[in-house]
Amino acid sequence: MSKQVKQLDRVIIRFAGDSGDGMQLTGDRFTQESAVFGNDLVTLPNFPAEIRAPQGTLPGVSSFQVHFADHDILTAGDAPDVLVAMNPAALKANLGDLPKGAAIIVDTHDFTGRNLTKAGYDANPLDGLGDAGSPLGEFSVHPVDLTGMTVEAVKEFGLSRKDAARAKNMFALGLLSWMYGRPIESTISFLQKRFAKVADIRDANITAFKAGWNFGETTETFVVQYEIKPAPMSAGTYRNITGNLALSYGLVAAGVQSGLPVFLGSYPITPASDILHELSKHKAFGVTTLQAEDEIAGVGAAIGASFAGSLGVTTTSGPGIALKSEAIGLAVMTELPLLVIDVQRGGPSTGLPTKTEQADLLQAMFGRNGEAPVPIVAPQSPGDCFDAAIEAARIAITYRTPVMLLSDGYLANGSEPWRIPEIDDLPVIDPKFATERNQTVTAKDGSDVEEYWPYLRDEETLARPWAIPGTPGLEHRIGGLEKGDGHGNISYDPANHDLMVRTRQAKVDRIAESLPPLVVDDPSGEAKVLVIGWGSTYGPIGAGCRRVRKAGYQVAQVHLRHLNPFPKDLGEILKRYDKVLCPEMNLGQLSLLLRGKYLVDAIGYNQVNGMPIKAASLAEAIGGLVAEAEGITVDLTSSPIAEEASK
Amino acid sequence: MTTTSTSSTENLPFPGLRSGVELVPTNDQPQTSKEYTSDQEVRWCPGCGDYAVLKAVQGFLPELGLRRENIVFVSGIGCSSRFPYYLDTYGMHSIHGRAPSIATGIATAREDLSVWVVTGDGDALSIGGNHLIHALRRNVNMTILLFNNRIYGLTKGQYSPTSEAGKITKSTPMGSLDHPFNPVSLALGAEGSFVARTIDSDRKHLTSVLSAAAAHRGTSIVEIYQNCPIFNDGAFDAIKNNDTKADAIIPLVHGEPIRFGVGGGKGLVRDSETGGVKIVEVGAEPGQVGEDQVLVHDAHNPDPTMAFAISRLTDSGYLNQSPIGIFRQVERPTYDDGARAQIASSREAAPGTPSERLANLIGGGDTWTVV
Repeated sequence: MSKQVKQLDRVIIRFAGDSGDGMQLTGDRFTQESAVFGNDLVTLPNFPAEIRAPQGTLPGVSSFQVHFADHDILTAGDAPDVLVAMNPAALKANLGDLPKGAAIIVDTHDFTGRNLTKAGYDANPLDGLGDAGSPLGEFSVHPVDLTGMTVEAVKEFGLSRKDAARAKNMFALGLLSWMYGRPIESTISFLQKRFAKVADIRDANITAFKAGWNFGETTETFVVQYEIKPAPMSAGTYRNITGNLALSYGLVAAGVQSGLPVFLGSYPITPASDILHELSKHKAFGVTTLQAEDEIAGVGAAIGASFAGSLGVTTTSGPGIALKSEAIGLAVMTELPLLVIDVQRGGPSTGLPTKTEQADLLQAMFGRNGEAPVPIVAPQSPGDCFDAAIEAARIAITYRTPVMLLSDGYLANGSEPWRIPEIDDLPVIDPKFATERNQTVTAKDGSDVEEYWPYLRDEETLARPWAIPGTPGLEHRIGGLEKGDGHGNISYDPANHDLMVRTRQAKVDRIAESLPPLVVDDPSGEAKVLVIGWGSTYGPIGAGCRRVRKAGYQVAQVHLRHLNPFPKDLGEILKRYDKVLCPEMNLGQLSLLLRGKYLVDAIGYNQVNGMPIKAASLAEAIGGLVAEAEGITVDLTSSPIAEEASK
Repeated sequence: MTTTSTSSTENLPFPGLRSGVELVPTNDQPQTSKEYTSDQEVRWCPGCGDYAVLKAVQGFLPELGLRRENIVFVSGIGCSSRFPYYLDTYGMHSIHGRAPSIATGIATAREDLSVWVVTGDGDALSIGGNHLIHALRRNVNMTILLFNNRIYGLTKGQYSPTSEAGKITKSTPMGSLDHPFNPVSLALGAEGSFVARTIDSDRKHLTSVLSAAAAHRGTSIVEIYQNCPIFNDGAFDAIKNNDTKADAIIPLVHGEPIRFGVGGGKGLVRDSETGGVKIVEVGAEPGQVGEDQVLVHDAHNPDPTMAFAISRLTDSGYLNQSPIGIFRQVERPTYDDGARAQIASSREAAPGTPSERLANLIGGGDTWTVV
């Protein structure tokens, strides 16, 4: 049977099911297939904090959204074009996000009375499809017994009915892979490896996957196959990568590029634990991972390792930062290199462990006693976590300071194609250990004596020397008490304290001298409105700005990698625009800093719902500001809508 | 030059057991206590027991024969935690209670360092209790000196987690309500592989215990009874006073019967009723117990039950009686050696330069090439 093939420039698919249905794996495999095919893509996993939330209920729904296109895209998409719903709860929980006309593929098997009740349906929404008044009337619904067909397809392997039914996610993946012309080899070899030790499960999954594909090809339920051509990308070798993986690789790379052994002290916490898992695999690089007894011990061990000459790293999420605050202050006082990685999640307190947020910026900036400046670096996309980790290490090692790296749950678990860098292109970081005494003093007998002073400073960076144990003649003591300028002995002298407080701040400020100029995206150079952001809002802000420009209006965008210190040219850039909009997944933390430092009227666009900002709503806000700034009427619908218009 | 010490293993009870300082470079020149004395003025209160311990450590470190630059002292917060400033080695005066975690990082990162933790009863047993028990559990190669004066000194006289119940202090005008920790029992419960107790004023005993602790591979914890003349003066008088100490100190020496009292008239025997140990009169008279019944101290017993039973003879109230010496000294794999061994074997199995391996790592997985 020949099928119609339809060209599309982009598609957003959401796989949704029970948290035990394997939706994350299904989404991840579809993503890998799309990446290998050459589409640009962005993903958004979304799952409950419970490992197995009550089966069949709304809180137990887990989903994975993938947006793939034949052009450069920036977000996982606002609204899915296709929903795959494995049970009534998955249908109900996601229906509200679907635009009119969206396609829904439903596994009818679980639409039993009991499951419908659990999901809160009084009547089966699949009854009377096509009738006027059907609750799903606005959508194109494909009811398919995915589970039943899976069980039938794998019966030769003699699995229990429960185990056989488990392969239904692979059946669904096979069907969707057919619909969108995905290459299937990588998934087959993935399944072969993953279930190498259990032959019947392996074979059942592969069989279900192929059966799903074949079902698409033969059934009359699906008459159209879609084609989304590869996206043009700059030359290079690519892989799909999540933020946590890229961040882990960045830390390994920082160790190689600095010649320092990496020492991770960490306590498991969502959504940062995957970095601990990943780094524990890389002992061949000299990476030590200590799963500590608590958050404080994790950072404590990292500080100890740094004192001993390693690159000390601690990874956590917001609640962990709160616990580590005193120790981070110790690293500020002792001026030791330390990477503190905060994969932000919804807060306060335990908050929303599996959801994303950017509300730890002010904690990173100010969350310590005393004047305790800590440089802050933030990645803007999953792949960018690699470069951000190396940059954070550069600052920590060069300036002998703790550095806060602010990732978030969206970056951590989301993925995108990443151009694999050449090792020769990575920066080399020189730890410049102290090896000689550095100060001549006059002894009591009038003779000159050479001493080691741990708090003398490099003129350019204001960094102190880093002498590690084992270096003869440089024995010294550091600690949390105030240090005397230069010699580093305990000092309670008022003038010295004032000097040291200012010097520690000046050292962090000095980092700005090493930063490249900001890149402002202002294609026409005539925009009156600037949108400024940091971290994972890069995608939605970029997509929002594109919408506004596509509709014929001007807007500029700048995105900050360095939150402390700010780049030197930021103040001048802010002054160039009449209006400054600052979208954040918090209640206005960057805008508070911008207002405080530059006296600029930064206007907040704030959303704290645990999900990434949607480009469409943000574009409306930008449009409103453009109208105000330019005294014109802005109508974003007047031009053809292309949410992710090509550049 | 760096050489590996072998001499320090000679005095160990187990032939073939690695010393705690085996991988630390040694110094072939004689050292003096003066070399270990920093130029900082010591600022403890006059009469403080800390002075005696500092002198003993400054006197004992040269005997270890290690290179001074390979010794690191880490402390937390409290009077005793100023200790590192007065020793001319590498050192860190860190934050309250966290010294064992910092020392864990140092000891795991570097096999060539002799790592010491100086802490107090508040630092180690209150705010830092968690790190202490986990250091002992992991058996990281470090020596912890726990100065126990049974009071908070630096914050001016509140009761501590080792203060006797009912203690009248500034924060407990009607008497403290908390039951105290017995640090030795706690350390044994945390499966410490080297657990000892000594007294600040007995330099000879202190030095011998420190030597054994340094030589032990794994976490050694030494509780040091230390008098605070300002806020808890006389807390250890019964075991320091020449008139009473014979009856107050129960000396523990590996391989010897546990006898004490004037003329060794008292001894420890198993108590079949409680499963623990009890104190008896030793002798041939009626009501006395024969010498052959007296327990012979076995610090090397893999089972800590007896060591724990002996630790319970410590008074929890005012200290009129306490076992002193090495309670337990057993061989157990150390965390840091294990961590380094995993890295070493992984490195051996990985071909190529670090840059080549990094390229392979980040270039792995499903890739595609755009030309």
